[in-house]
Amino acid sequence: MGDFFEYLKSQWSFAQEHPALAFFLLVVGYGIVMIGFFSAFAGPVTWVERRVAGRMQCRIGPNRVGPHGFLQWLADGLKNFLKEDLIPNAADKILFRIAVYPVFAGVFLTFVVLPLGPWIVGADLSVGVVYLLAVTALVVTGIIMSGWASNSKWSLLGGIRSAAQMVSYEVAAGMALLTAIIPAGSLSFQDIIEHQGGWPWQWLVVYSPATFLAFFVYFTASLAEGNRTPFDLPEAESELVAGYNTEYSGMRFLFFAFAEWANLYVIGAVITAVFLGGWRIPGVDIATQTNNIWLQFAGAAIFLTKASVLVFVTIWLRWTLPRLRVDQLMLMCWKYFVPFGIGLVVLSLFWQVLAAAVPTWVTSAISVLLTLAGAALVAGMFWRAWYNIRAGKDAPVYTWLI
Amino acid sequence: MDNPYVALLFSFSFAIIFSLVFVNLSRIFGQSRPESEKLDTYECGAPPIGNARTRISVKFYMVAILFILFDIEAVFVYPWAVSLRSFVAKGMGTFVFVEMLIFLGMLFLGWLYVLKRGALKWD
Repeated sequence: MGDFFEYLKSQWSFAQEHPALAFFLLVVGYGIVMIGFFSAFAGPVTWVERRVAGRMQCRIGPNRVGPHGFLQWLADGLKNFLKEDLIPNAADKILFRIAVYPVFAGVFLTFVVLPLGPWIVGADLSVGVVYLLAVTALVVTGIIMSGWASNSKWSLLGGIRSAAQMVSYEVAAGMALLTAIIPAGSLSFQDIIEHQGGWPWQWLVVYSPATFLAFFVYFTASLAEGNRTPFDLPEAESELVAGYNTEYSGMRFLFFAFAEWANLYVIGAVITAVFLGGWRIPGVDIATQTNNIWLQFAGAAIFLTKASVLVFVTIWLRWTLPRLRVDQLMLMCWKYFVPFGIGLVVLSLFWQVLAAAVPTWVTSAISVLLTLAGAALVAGMFWRAWYNIRAGKDAPVYTWLI
Repeated sequence: MDNPYVALLFSFSFAIIFSLVFVNLSRIFGQSRPESEKLDTYECGAPPIGNARTRISVKFYMVAILFILFDIEAVFVYPWAVSLRSFVAKGMGTFVFVEMLIFLGMLFLGWLYVLKRGALKWD
């Protein structure tokens, strides 16, 4: 935001005369834009998820409010807004009330460091990645608070399970991020993105076999951190009613759901920024993109497209895979993901030494090979999905998409 | 004003104010007809038996302790990863590299110990 403020000063005489006032206005505008972006993503994603779920289960899904049911999320929001805000008699009233705020703030604060362009970023922190991991812990606090304060067995089990799962997978996620940070040499998201190029073979995911594997580890671990299926044990609806938010209703419930769906974007955006080239446009260097505001918006569109594809894959997984058992979940993290993550960090280290010793064409060739492998993987996945859709022709198929 | 943490502070205030305002507006606009059944703890519709202030499995405690240990170790590695290049530029690359290998090796030994002691058993 500092760079943008300097630019504003040079363009706008009012900002030169009253820098403090202009900065305040900028900050207020920025806050409104952030909240707007947050809602504009979290809201429609709930609709997309329900439509995709409907499509995958051969039913229709919400299609009454607005065209194809698109305004369903607004209707849900309004309905929740007008509902009664119940606080159970047995609950710890103060904790029950404040539990929502850390959850919401934790997810919202991650939006600040996720960059959409050289200037389109809330705050480019030099400790970006550590900040992200730290702020995510705020969500755990809120969840365990709500689970305990509800004084309901479902909530308590859901909250404790959720906390255990989120902190466990945070270790694995941290190791996977570290693997990518070693070649980038910085914790700032902007530096990590600038270290990559626009073309797929310049992305960090194909930089070395270590980062290639770390991509999958991080994706899986962030699914578990975001309580998404196949790791949605905290809110396993067939076992625990709704997990930690069983006792919540009305607006408080809405904020929990809001944070959860906004977290989908965070999953997609972090992977995009760290592994998939972020806002880099293929064939455009950083200086050109920084100096042209339209190229910055184009970069933001590219970033959002990549993040949205990842969000779609996350939704797709939710309605494809069955849920794990709680002991399997914890064992998978501590027995396989954590040591595997440490191994990846060591491999990434060796790769740094190796890359310095061998000619450049060797590492480039490996990058291209990994790109081809990744492309083959994605193509195979989509072919398989297409094959399954074709195979299920006898089932009722709706002509419209989603 | 170049301090990026100003933006963080404002975002945090925005998040708290936004959620506070909307939750409390909903208390004003929403209905409020409390009944004793409604305010009961939810237990599938039956009258609740006891409350949730019971003991919970010690396994969760183990997980929390392990998390603190391993996450703090991981946090130590981050600054090292960032300053690796400047050390390599000064010609201290090998030394720093071997140091980290020893550190990660110790972390791995700690993990093995935890595994052998059965801290990760869930049955």
